Amino acid sequence: MLAYLVRRLTGSLLVLALMSLVVFLLIGLMPGDPVDLMIAGNPGLTAADATRLRALYGLDQPLFDRYLAWAGQALSGDFGWSRSFSRPALEILGGALLQTLQLLIPALLLALGMAVPLGLLAAARPRGLLDRLAEGLAILSLSVPTFWLALLLIYLFAVELRWLPAGGSGDGSTFGGLTALVLPVATLAIGSLGHFLRFMRAAAGEAMTQDWVRTARAKGVTRQRLLSRHVLPAASLPLVTLVGLSVGGLFSGALVTEILFRQLGVGRVLYDAIQGNDYNLALVGLLLATAATLLGNLLADLAYARLDPRIKLT
Amino acid sequence: MARLLLTLGLLLLAALPASARDLKIGVSQYPTTLNPLTDPSVALSVIDGMIRRPVTLYDADWNLVCGLCVTLPTLENGLAVREALPDGKEGIAITYQIQPGATWGDGVPVSSDDFLFTWEVGRHPLSGVVSGESFRRILSIDVIDPKTVVLHVDRVTFDYNAFGTELLPAHVEKPIFDADPSGWRSRTAFDADPTNPGLNFGPYRIVKVTPGSEVVLERNPTWYGKAPAFDRIRVITVSSTATLEANLLSGAIDMIAGELGLQIDQALAFEKRHGSDYQVIFAAGLFYEHMDVNMTRGAVADRRVRQALLFAIDRQALSDRLFGGKQPVATSPVSPLDHNLASDLPAYPYDPAQATTLLTDAGWTPGSDGIRVNAAGQRLTMSMTTTAGDRTRELVQQVLQAQWKAVGIEMRIDNQPARVLFGATLRERTYGDLALFGWIAAPESTQRTLLYSEEIPTAANGWSGQNFTGYANPAMDQVIDAIERELDPAKRQPLWAEMQRLYMTDLPALPLYWRANTYVLPKWLHGLRPTGHLGPTTLWIEDWTVDP
Repeated sequence: MLAYLVRRLTGSLLVLALMSLVVFLLIGLMPGDPVDLMIAGNPGLTAADATRLRALYGLDQPLFDRYLAWAGQALSGDFGWSRSFSRPALEILGGALLQTLQLLIPALLLALGMAVPLGLLAAARPRGLLDRLAEGLAILSLSVPTFWLALLLIYLFAVELRWLPAGGSGDGSTFGGLTALVLPVATLAIGSLGHFLRFMRAAAGEAMTQDWVRTARAKGVTRQRLLSRHVLPAASLPLVTLVGLSVGGLFSGALVTEILFRQLGVGRVLYDAIQGNDYNLALVGLLLATAATLLGNLLADLAYARLDPRIKLT
Repeated sequence: MARLLLTLGLLLLAALPASARDLKIGVSQYPTTLNPLTDPSVALSVIDGMIRRPVTLYDADWNLVCGLCVTLPTLENGLAVREALPDGKEGIAITYQIQPGATWGDGVPVSSDDFLFTWEVGRHPLSGVVSGESFRRILSIDVIDPKTVVLHVDRVTFDYNAFGTELLPAHVEKPIFDADPSGWRSRTAFDADPTNPGLNFGPYRIVKVTPGSEVVLERNPTWYGKAPAFDRIRVITVSSTATLEANLLSGAIDMIAGELGLQIDQALAFEKRHGSDYQVIFAAGLFYEHMDVNMTRGAVADRRVRQALLFAIDRQALSDRLFGGKQPVATSPVSPLDHNLASDLPAYPYDPAQATTLLTDAGWTPGSDGIRVNAAGQRLTMSMTTTAGDRTRELVQQVLQAQWKAVGIEMRIDNQPARVLFGATLRERTYGDLALFGWIAAPESTQRTLLYSEEIPTAANGWSGQNFTGYANPAMDQVIDAIERELDPAKRQPLWAEMQRLYMTDLPALPLYWRANTYVLPKWLHGLRPTGHLGPTTLWIEDWTVDP
């Protein structure tokens, strides 16, 4: 097990090093640079100023030389300065990650909390009322665009009813902060419910047709026990994969919600960094996304081994 | 009776704004830095207007006035004096006196030392100051007393007395700068310690910063001017303009700043739905929406074709139908709010017949499918690029496409993301025939960077410069030089007119309209005057009042 972990982590580090080069080159090859943005906002900026600023920011250097300089600094723990926030890139991403987790973890738990029991119960009575209801819910969740749902919730609960704030971080109090999270969390939970529900329903439905389920039924196992002890562990496997892969999505999946609800999460920070030619922030953010995806896959594999005794990690 | 009075009193209280001494301003962008010199942005200017004042500024009537200075120096009042420079050229000595009561929030007076330090930073090649030209022109500064300096400038230009820079607090920033000038921009107290009271001397000071989201201001006890109406101001960033409106309606913000607020279509719709509950002010002037012409390419290199393109657009109808007439047609590159706008200029009313004549004269005759062709059989096809995803511009493109087709011009749309268009595409003039975008207006701008031949980006100068059209006309260069040298406003006026006449004749860019900024204010707020230039309305925050 330890050897497996060491091998996976070493491989992940190599992937990250390679990704840093690829991402750096891709960002550097994108048209435009920070000085172009300054020019667009300041017609009085002279050609001499533009030349001076490009030299100052090192933008006149070959791309590979810039990468080597960045990599050298990164190895010493300095991941560079965010031009669009005027703070260290890592500091900005750290704060943004917390903000994103504040949204995504409750949303994930909420979505799973609804999808798992509903999927199981729907699979237990195929084509029953609950199954049709679950199917309808899943279709609704998958087909409603996030931005539309978010606007709808804002207008209903913040503008018309005035029960909840339209986003932001509330009025500074703990209660205010929590109420400000309700609408974005609800938006994200409703948005991801469909995926989880369909996966759970399909996996549980397949498990219900297996011989061991029939055997358990023949032995007189109660429906509740059958679903919770026999079907659920088997049906959880594809769901674990889905949740594992979603970890990488932490860094982009909540972009629309974060923008509409004034949450400075990772998705919004990354988007703004790429739009604003903030190379360091975009680079570190994309590397973190890669690291999160690798970590999510590793955790999913570990969970697989835990849930299915036939799987051995070697 | 007592119960009735009490009820009436409570009703009266409920009718008042929730907290008349607090104000929440919604904006759609957060500044990249709080340092006023390293990357000034519109978002920062909205905040800066309340915490500091530039030495001089343009007021809402586009007149140059003092901000931090006491008296605007002029040749007439003797505070500006021509002087001979050692190299024989003529320079000018300008005396600025700092407001006697101006004091940083930590009690240190704003002084001549701040002037000297700001100049030192501004001209330092490694400081990262964006626009260094105004600092480089200063040869030396004499300190007369702690509140008076004399600037010796290397040339005499008509705007000699304009010094729109905010001073940096030397007592806070100088130790940081001296330790490492090249690292100053990333260690400046403006970003590392933004709530330091020593950074502000305006009516307000920053007390809390949530990067990317919000800046909170409170009254500055050392402010020397008129007391502002609000105890506390929150500048809240809502980057989605759709939710900016929702935040206003839900009470999360009190007003939407026009400098960075709703798009025109959103504002028009908002006015229809909620105009009776809010003050909706449309103020034109900040953005000059136009099409840059790639002067080195094909058909548009011919002036007659450019003129025909403009004659074939019904700009007034475009403004009326798309923008409710709130965005005036541009008759010149000079803002309608600028005193220098000339009236007797070549005009381009909607005249398809005139467009047809010009195109025929230029050798473009109707082909079999109605699209014009030249003698070589080439079709008259225009390629136009704008910022992809910009609803308004894409709508304008469709109108232009239809109107040009009516006179036999085919238009191909080739839009690009903003970062691509404003990156290599414009600089290296790879944008096809036309590029539709906007420039920010500035009072008394000669547009040297946009129209002067030396400002054409080329491979030789590393693609620096903003003359993206490649326009080179010695007469334009001469008139720009002449405007800048002429100090007599009366003699300068015909030069301004000549500059605009050349522009409207040559048409290096096709003027469309002046974009309007929309301010959405609560009914209880008064005193806000849109400027139409980059000077934000918050520079006069102390004049804003609330209903009692």
